[in-house]
Amino acid sequence: MKKVIMGTETAALAAVLARVQVVAAYPITPQTVTVEELSDYIGKGELDAEYITVESEHSAMAACVGASATGSRAFTATSSQGLALMHEMLHHAAGGRLPIVMLNANRALSPPWNLYCDHTDSLSQRDTGWIQYYCCDVQDVMDSTFIAYRVAEKVMLPVMINLDGFYLTHTSEVIDVPSQNEVDRYLPPYDPANKVDVDNPSTYGCVCGADLFSSLKYRRQMETLAVEQAWQEASDEFAAQFGRSHAPVQGHRLDDAEVVIVTIGTAGGAAQLAADALRQEGVAAGSLNLAMVRPFPYQSFRQAVSGAKHLVVLDRDVSFGAEGIVAQEIKSCLYGQSQAQVHGFIAGVGGMDITEELLADMTREALGGQKQGLQLGDSIWIKVLP
Amino acid sequence: MNSKILKQELLAPGHMGCPGCGASLVMRYVLEVLGPKTMVVMPAGCWPTFVGLYPSTCLRVPVMSVPFATTAMAAAGVRASLNRQGKGETNVLAWAGDGGTFDIGLQALSGAAEKNTDIIYVCYDNEAYMNTGIQRSSATPPGCWTTTTPASAPKVEPKKNIVEIMAAHRIPYVATASVGYPRDLMDKVEKAKGLKGTRFLHILASCPTGWRHDTELTMEVARKAVQCRAFPLYEVWDGVRWSLTPMAAKTPVTDYLNMQGRFKAMSAPQREVFQNWVDEDWERLRGKCGDTQAA
Repeated sequence: MKKVIMGTETAALAAVLARVQVVAAYPITPQTVTVEELSDYIGKGELDAEYITVESEHSAMAACVGASATGSRAFTATSSQGLALMHEMLHHAAGGRLPIVMLNANRALSPPWNLYCDHTDSLSQRDTGWIQYYCCDVQDVMDSTFIAYRVAEKVMLPVMINLDGFYLTHTSEVIDVPSQNEVDRYLPPYDPANKVDVDNPSTYGCVCGADLFSSLKYRRQMETLAVEQAWQEASDEFAAQFGRSHAPVQGHRLDDAEVVIVTIGTAGGAAQLAADALRQEGVAAGSLNLAMVRPFPYQSFRQAVSGAKHLVVLDRDVSFGAEGIVAQEIKSCLYGQSQAQVHGFIAGVGGMDITEELLADMTREALGGQKQGLQLGDSIWIKVLP
Repeated sequence: MNSKILKQELLAPGHMGCPGCGASLVMRYVLEVLGPKTMVVMPAGCWPTFVGLYPSTCLRVPVMSVPFATTAMAAAGVRASLNRQGKGETNVLAWAGDGGTFDIGLQALSGAAEKNTDIIYVCYDNEAYMNTGIQRSSATPPGCWTTTTPASAPKVEPKKNIVEIMAAHRIPYVATASVGYPRDLMDKVEKAKGLKGTRFLHILASCPTGWRHDTELTMEVARKAVQCRAFPLYEVWDGVRWSLTPMAAKTPVTDYLNMQGRFKAMSAPQREVFQNWVDEDWERLRGKCGDTQAA
C-alpha cells in the first residue's frame, strides 16, 4: 500500500508491523512523534504490546533490557542527549546480547542547544557494540526496521536505526507500506534460545573471571564482524521478497569512478546528484552511502571503492582533537589496502543543509579546485566563521 | 544451618558474602515466602558480587544483574515482558541495597512506583556503600563512621526517610522489617505477595564488616536497632494508612550504639544528635500511626 508518511511516523508503523512486544521510551525532539504514535497504536489495540512510559532514556533502555532478556521483542526511540544518557545501558544491552532495536534521531549535543541534524550523538556511541545503520530516506526507515530485527535476533546484538534529525524525521514521502502478512513472512516471531526464565533458573550478567570475560569479548567481536555478511544476506532476502535492497554499502555510478563522495544518512541523495553533475563536467565521479558504520563493512567498502583515486568524505560530526569520525573510519579501513586519497570535510553539523552544490564544490576542491573551507588538521571545515 | 521454619531454601549454601552477612539472610527469608516462581533483578552492590562466580549461583531462582541506577525500571521491563507472555503470576523481585535505592536508583524507583508497576522492591539497608568498602550513603545515620565520614568529617544529616518518599507515591504497600525479626519480615513479605502494584519493603540488614560488630551478633544488633527505634517497624497501606508493628518497649540508643565499632568515635553531643533524631522520627511516626500508647 502506498502512503504519504513522515520519518518518525514510519518508525512507529514499522515497529507495529514488526509486532514489537514491549516499548519503553522517553520523548525527545526530533524523535517524539514516534513515541506518541506508538502510545496511540497500543492504546487503540492496534499493536498488542506493553508500553512503559519511563522517566528517562537510561530507564528506557533498562526496561528494554529487562524485556528482551526475558524473551520479548523490545523497541525504543531516542535522540542526542537521550542517547548520551543511555550510554551505560548501550554497553549493557550489547554485552547482554539483547536484540533490541532503537530509532535514534540524529541531533546535535549541547551546549549550546541545537535541535538539528548532527551525527556526533550516534557516532560517539560506536564503541558500545551496537549495530549502527543510517537511513537515507523514509522507505529505508520502514524497511531497515524489519531487516534490523531479523539480523539482531539472528546474531543476538542490538541495532540502532539512525534518522537525520528533521531532514528525515520530519520529511514526508510516498512509501510502500508492506502488509502485515508480508512482514510476518519476512520476520518470524522472536524465540530466543536463551532467556531469563523461572523454569530454568540461571544468572544473567553476574560476575565472571578474566579468562571467561576475555573469551566472551573475543566471541562477541567475531560475531559482530560477521554482521556485515548477515545484514547483506538479510537485505538480499528482503530484496527478493520486496524488490528493495538496503545493503551496508550503497553505491551510485561507482563502476568507473575515480572520485567517490562518501556520506552517511540523507546526504546520500545530494551526493548522487553531485556525482551526476560532476560527470557532466567530465569528472569520473560516483557516490557511496555508508549505511552501516558498525560493524564497519570492511569488505563491501573496500570493494566498492577499489578503483577510486580520491574519496571525498563528508562528516556531520567531529572527534575533537582528531578529525571527522567517518573519515577516520575510512582511513582505518583502507590503510594498506588502497592508494586512494581521503579528503575529509566537516559540514552540516548542527543542521546546516548539505546541498548538491556544496558536495560538488567540495569534490572540486579535493581535485585541486577553488578553496571552499578552512583547513584544520586533516579536515576542511565548510561554512565556518573564520 | 538446618531450619525447621524454612521449607524451600532457595538460597543455596556457598554464597560469597561476608560471614554474618545480614543481607544474605534477608534474601533467604524473602525467597522463602515468594517461592521459586520469582525473578530477581539486582543492580551493583554487595549481592551480585556474592551470588557466585559464573557459572555458579547461590540462588535457585533466576537473577538478572543490571546497572546501578536501573533496578526498578529493569524490573518493570521484566514485568511488562512476563505480562505480555501471560506470566502475570511470576513475582518480579527488584532487590537493591541502600545505595541502589536511596541514592543512585531513586529516580528509576520513583518512575516505577509512580506507575504502580507490579513489582516487589526490597531495599536491604546496611546503611552505607558496603561493597565498595563502607562509604556514606543517604541511609547512613548521623554521627556514624564510614570511610567518607571519618571522625574528622562526621555525617551530620539524619538518615533519609525512604519510607515517607515511597508512601508519597501512594503505592499499595510499604513496610519496614529487620533481619533480626524473621517472622515479622516474612509476614510482611506474605502481605506484599498478596497484593498487586508496587510493594516496597525497607529491610534493615546488619553488616558485621561495615558496622564493626562480631559476626554472631548480626541478629542481636538488628533487634536492638528496632528496640531503640533507630529502625522502627511499621507498615503503610496505600500511602495513607500507617500502622505500627508491635515492638518491645523502647530502649535508649546507647545499648545499640555501644555494640558497634562504627559508633565508637561518637562524641557525647553526637550521641545526643542521634538520640534526638530517633526521638523526633519516632514521635512523628507515632502521630501518623495514631499511636496512643505511652512513648
